[in-house]
Formats: sequence, structure tokens, C-alpha cells
Amino acid sequence: MRLSEMKEGQSGLIKNISGNSLLRRRILEMGMTKGSNIYVEKYAPLKDPIELVVKGYHVSLRVEEAAQIEVETIAEGWVPSS
Amino acid sequence: MKEKTLTIALSGNPNSGKTTIFNAITGTRQKVGNWPGVTVEKKEGSIKKFGYHLNIIDLPGTYSLTPFSIEEIIARNFVLDESPDVVVTIIDASNLERSLYLATQIRELDCKVVFALNMADLAQSRGIKIDADKLSQLLDIPVVFTVGNKNEGIDTLLQTIVAFAESGHATSQERRVKYSMDIEKSIADLQVILEQKIEKDLPYNSRWIAIKLIENDKIIKERIVESAAGQTGKEILDATEMIRKHLIDYYDDDPEVVMTDERYGFISGIIKEVVATSTRQRVDISRTIDLVLTNRFFGFPIFIFFIWAMFQLTFSLGSYPMEWIDRGISLFSIFIGAGLPDNLIKDFIIDGIIAGVGSVVVFLPNILILFFCIAIFEDTGYMARAAFLMDRIMHFIGLHGKSFIPMLMGFGCNVPAIMATRTLESKKDRILTILITPFMSCSARLPVFIILAGTFFPNKAGTVIFSLYLLGIVLAVLSGKLFRSTILRGTDAPFVMELPPYRVPMLRSLLIHMWDRSKMFLKRMGSVILIGSVIIWMLSAFPRNIQYSRDYAGELKHIASSYEQVSIEKKGEAIKLLEKKRDDEIARVLKAKQTEETEESFLGGIGKFLAPVFAPIGIDWKGSVALLTGFVAKEIVVSTLGVLYAVDDNVPEALNKALATSGMTPLSALSIMVFVLLYVPCFATVAVIGRETDSAKWAVFSVVYTTLVAWLVSFVIYQGGSLIGVC
Ligand SMILES: Nc1nc2c(ncn2[C@@H]2O[C@H](COP(=O)(O)OP(=O)(O)O)[C@@H](O)[C@H]2O)c(=O)[nH]1
Repeated sequence: MRLSEMKEGQSGLIKNISGNSLLRRRILEMGMTKGSNIYVEKYAPLKDPIELVVKGYHVSLRVEEAAQIEVETIAEGWVPSS
Repeated sequence: MKEKTLTIALSGNPNSGKTTIFNAITGTRQKVGNWPGVTVEKKEGSIKKFGYHLNIIDLPGTYSLTPFSIEEIIARNFVLDESPDVVVTIIDASNLERSLYLATQIRELDCKVVFALNMADLAQSRGIKIDADKLSQLLDIPVVFTVGNKNEGIDTLLQTIVAFAESGHATSQERRVKYSMDIEKSIADLQVILEQKIEKDLPYNSRWIAIKLIENDKIIKERIVESAAGQTGKEILDATEMIRKHLIDYYDDDPEVVMTDERYGFISGIIKEVVATSTRQRVDISRTIDLVLTNRFFGFPIFIFFIWAMFQLTFSLGSYPMEWIDRGISLFSIFIGAGLPDNLIKDFIIDGIIAGVGSVVVFLPNILILFFCIAIFEDTGYMARAAFLMDRIMHFIGLHGKSFIPMLMGFGCNVPAIMATRTLESKKDRILTILITPFMSCSARLPVFIILAGTFFPNKAGTVIFSLYLLGIVLAVLSGKLFRSTILRGTDAPFVMELPPYRVPMLRSLLIHMWDRSKMFLKRMGSVILIGSVIIWMLSAFPRNIQYSRDYAGELKHIASSYEQVSIEKKGEAIKLLEKKRDDEIARVLKAKQTEETEESFLGGIGKFLAPVFAPIGIDWKGSVALLTGFVAKEIVVSTLGVLYAVDDNVPEALNKALATSGMTPLSALSIMVFVLLYVPCFATVAVIGRETDSAKWAVFSVVYTTLVAWLVSFVIYQGGSLIGVC
């Protein structure tokens, strides 16, 4: 499933990233590599962009960009610490 | 003996505390400028320490050295071409894994690198334990812990830097990223080709060049073609192409993507060895704050409140010191004027120079407060949240969420608004925002609207003014879309934005930030605006030898002498009355004289010359002169109209009355207002556009574009209105 289809509070593993080379590299360089754990923190009030937690830090992506990331949801991912 | 100089570059991710460490090292001895040819801020500072002269350069904060953005290109080129003695990489220790990506890229450049593990306090409180010795050993790099905002570890860092620079320690060839076999083999093959073909003239180390060629790095490809003689450049690129093809077939993906992946693989190997995370985790305050600040329901109201507060501070609080400065300047001109004989030089000094300098200095309170507020937004981490909230809306015009703040500031004053675009990272976004911001109706345009709308649309003034503001916004949006699909086309920069944890800002940082930017404003704008005001003054003051249609000198003399005669017989109250009558008469004559002077001046001449251009939009020559002087500042349009219609300042609403009886129709008043709304805001704005885009081209483009749009829209309104016969 696509990252853009995930709901708030869900965790997943990144399986594949498509899209143009520039976008893919940017996403990779920010640490969203294949196999990384990703947690959907929240959607912005207007439903776009999305706030994610990757490698322990918070990052935002537009929905159209998140649609290029294929994920596999998992039950036990990053657990928010509060 | 002369001290030895060491050049030290600071690199690091945004929000890693780089600025804080730079400030801690250099104190206030820093210089802010721009990197040549671009509007990215360049900070330099120099200190004396341990008998050395240390020259510190703050590189732009980036997440990688892949040359996508201008910041990355600058940072990389500096390390490559200026070969600093030591490159310090500031690493956010509480975010080690991602930070190491940039660090490994810098390590690949084969320069002397020192790691500063900053935010050591945060890492500790989050239960992250980093084995610095192990890290140092694994990468063959000195590693120092620092806490930037508490000034901890800074001295150790400097000691380590100096010792390392002097050690002659050759960076190990071994302890760096190793790629998978096929890539390593390709790198080695290409290295051989490079060394054979170019031999001595290789600009950088051959392994690095080979890696960059395999990654299809455009800048390095160009460099190779430059430094290789004749055909060799092409041969190397052809060989690279072959290798890349092979790798693409093998991995079924671009080599650069595979290599990025592998770098992270290398990093996660390091992380496993040096980081131990205890399970003890504290409550994440940042997330709790964001539960409110980016909340589905409260996010926007709170954002609007913050913006409103910034506006109030900047323009309401700022108006007090502005008034003092204004008063100070007029007192100063009176003081200077009293000491000078009445002649051209006096006019030049007072109306040209002092008025010109004054028009710059008067913005200073606004600018200081605005930059202080923006520094708070940036240093606390709220700016990223503002962009997060607004991105959906701004993306509609093809802009980044961060463009919202400068555009909004435009309603106050376009000058600081355009300077606020510095917070945008992409150059295209910055230029686009700069080009459409002038359509935001600044506060200086309001007096013009109030006078004209009040006179010609007395019952609907509010609606008319509101519609004008709306028209400005609509045209900004349309222009944005137009530019995005024409001159500023390009892939929208991916919106991969970090939302850093909230932090309490340091007052010192805020003040340094504010002062640096304001100083730049004063220094760079001052001269340009001064020249502009002097030119406009000259156009309105010359020629001097006007053939007056009336004998003003005679009339004045007549008034004075007839007063003398009558006043002999009068006493007390009656004298006062008489004096007032005399002064009024003198004022009237002087006003008439001034009107004629303006009419006969070069400016008046230009206005009349341009009259045919303005005729189709219903503006007569007086209107065109007023619009011309509006170039200095929009509020001057009102006073020019006052002069041209010989308005008596002592009568309330005199200008309204004069305008109402001038033959101007409501429709042409509307046309003037629309024109004032849309054409270039003022000379200061044009100057700041030139400065911030670092090119006169964009400044000229902005003048031409806005004026063209102004004319076209006024034309449609005036001719359309005349056709359907409104007003
Ligand atoms: N807790 C903590 N905060 C820090 C440290 N160093 C910097 N900061 C804070 O982190 C924020 C961002 O720092 P700044 O220097 O502006 O980051 P830059 O974007 O890398 O230049 C500021 O609010 C600093 O006060 C540190 O070592 N520990």
C-alpha cells in the first residue's frame, strides 16, 4: 500500500520508492531508505502534507510525494513516547 | 613573528546548532555578507586563539552535498575549491543517524574533518549513549562533544581543530564508505581511466571524481570536460556512460539511488557499534506542543493569531519610533536649514539628501521588529510548522508553505516583506515570491485609496478599498501561476522538510540575527535609495528659470505693503486677525507658484509627455505626475495631487473638494486607484528586489511587469466602465 493511504498513528516499513530521480534521492537522503521504519504522526489540518517520524526525527512530505512510497504496515513500529 | 592563519569551515544539517556554535566561537566579531552571485547568507568571523589566527566560515546548512540546491553547491564548492584547513561537521547527537549522511559525504571529500557531536545534553536526556572513541576510531576522525547553547565543549573543539590541523595526519583511505562489489569495481575502473587520461591535472582526488561521475553529477562532468584537453573529456564521459549503463542493468535502478542506500547501510553499521539507547524515554515535549500548534482545529487560529501579533508589533509598535525618527529628521532639517542661505544648495541638502536618507532610516524600527519576530519563529522551530500548515494553500500557486509569511508582510510594507523571503531555500521560489509580493497592497497605498474612494465613492468607500485589496491578491495568485508555468518553470522542489523539535531560543542569537539583517538593509539600501530620491528631487526642482505666468514676487510685495498700510491703524485682536489674513494670502500665492513650478518642471514635462499613454485609462497629466512621484513612495501621490490642485492646507478636506470639482469622474478615480495598487510600489522596493535577487534584471522585470499589469487592468476597468456607462 502507499504511504499516502496510511492513517494517523500507523507504522510501516518502506518497501519501494518510485517517482523521478530527484525526488527519490531527496527522500532517500533524508533517511527514508528501503526497509526503514516509518510512523504517520499526523496529517496537516488541510489533509496535506503529512508529518512522519523516521529514524527518530520528524519530517513532512506532500501527499503526492508520499504516494510514491510503497509501504507495508506493521503492528509494532516506532512507539510514541508519551 | 606573524601568527599563522587557519581557515575553518563549519558544516552541518539545518537545526544542528551550527549558528549557535558559530556565535559561541566568534562572539560578535562576525561579518555577514552574501556568497558571490547568490543571495545565500555568508557568515565569517575571525578570532585569535592559542597563538593562531582562526578564520571561521559558516557554510550553509544542508542535509547532503548532492548539488541539488544552491546551498549544497556552495558548501561543496567551498570545501573543494578553497580547501579549508579543517572542516568541522556539526552533528545533532540526538539525531545521529540522519546527521551522519552529510558527515560521510564530507568525509568522502578527503579533507580534514572534525566531528562536533552537538546537542549532547539532548541526546543524554533521551537516553542515547554515544561511544565517541569508537566513532572516532571507526571513521578515523577526531570527535568532540559540545552543548552549543551552554558554551560547553567549544574550547575543546577549538583545541582539537588546531591540533588536528597541525598534526599532518593523513586521512585514512580505508575508513570510509565501502560500496558493494560491483560499484567498487566500477569506481576503480573509472579511477584508472581518469588517472591515465588526465594525469596531473585532476582537480580533486580520483576516487571522489569517479564516484561523482557514476552518480551522474552534472557539475563534476562539466569540470572534467573543462580540465581535460581536447577529446579526452568526451572519452571519459563516454566511458562513464558505459559503466553507468552496466550498473543500471545490474541493479535495475540508478546507481546514485543504490549508492545513497548503501551509504545509509554503512551508517547503520556504525550506529550499531557506537550507539546504545536505554529504554528510559522522557515525555517528548515537542510532540505535546504540536498536539496544539498543528492541531486540526486550533492550528490555524493559533497561526493567524501569531501572524496578527507579529503584524501588530511590527507596524503598530513600530509606528512610535517611526514617528520619533520622522520628527527628529524634520527638526534636523529645520536646524540645518536655519544655518544655510536660501538657495539651490539648501534645497538640495534638505529636500534631496536629508529627505532621501530619512526615507530609508524611517523603515528601521519596522525592520528591526520584523526580523526579531522572524528570528523567534525560526529559532523556536515554529517556522517549519507555519510552512506545514500553509503548504496546501501555497502549493496551489506552486509555492512552498514558507512563502506565506513574506507575502503577508507585504500588506504592511513591501521592503521588509521582500527581505523576509530569505527564509526560503529554493532560489526559484524566492524570486517568484519576490515578484508577486508587490501586489499585496502595502500600508502606504492606503492614504491614496482613502482620499480617492472617500471623495468619489463616499457611501461605498469601505467596499471599494476592500475590493482593491482583493484584486491585488487575485493578481498575485494569477501572476504566480503564470510565472510558474513560464519563466520560472521547474520541478517543484520536493517538500521534504524537517520539523525540528521546539527549542527555547537564545536571546543573544535572536539579537545577532536581527542586527545582522538590519545592518545589511541599511548599508545596501541606503545609497541606492539616496540616489533615487536625489534624481526625483532634481526632476521636480529643475529647470529653475521658469517664465512665470504671474508676477509672484510683485504680488507678494503688494500683499506685504498693503498690510503695512492698514496695520498702522489697528491694535490688539484686530492686528492678529489681519496678520492671519495676510499669511493666508501669502500662502495662497506661494502655493500657486509651487503649482506652476511643478507644472513647468522636468517632472511636469514628463507627466505631460506621458499624458497620451495615460489618457486611455482616464488619467490626466496631473494624475500622471502624481503617479510618477509615487515612485519615491506611494503616500507622496496624495501630496503631489495636493500641490497640483493648489490645495490650501488650512482648509479641512480641501483636497477632496478640489478633486471633486476637478472634472475627475468616479471611474477615472477608480482607474487611478487600481493603477496605484498595482504598479511598482516604490523606489525602495525596486532597490530591495534588485538586492535580494542579486540582479538588476529582476528589478527591471518587476517594474515593467507590474506597470504593464497596472495599465492593462486600469484600461479594462476604465474602458469597460465607460462602455457600459457606469458612473
Ligand atoms: N539543548 C540544546 N540546544 C541547542 C544546542 N545547540 C543549539 N541549540 C539550540 O538549537 C536551536 C537551533 O540552533 P541554531 O544554531 O539556530 O541551528 P542551525 O540551524 O544549525 O544554525 C537554537 O534554539 C539553539 O539555542 C545544544 O547543544 N543543546
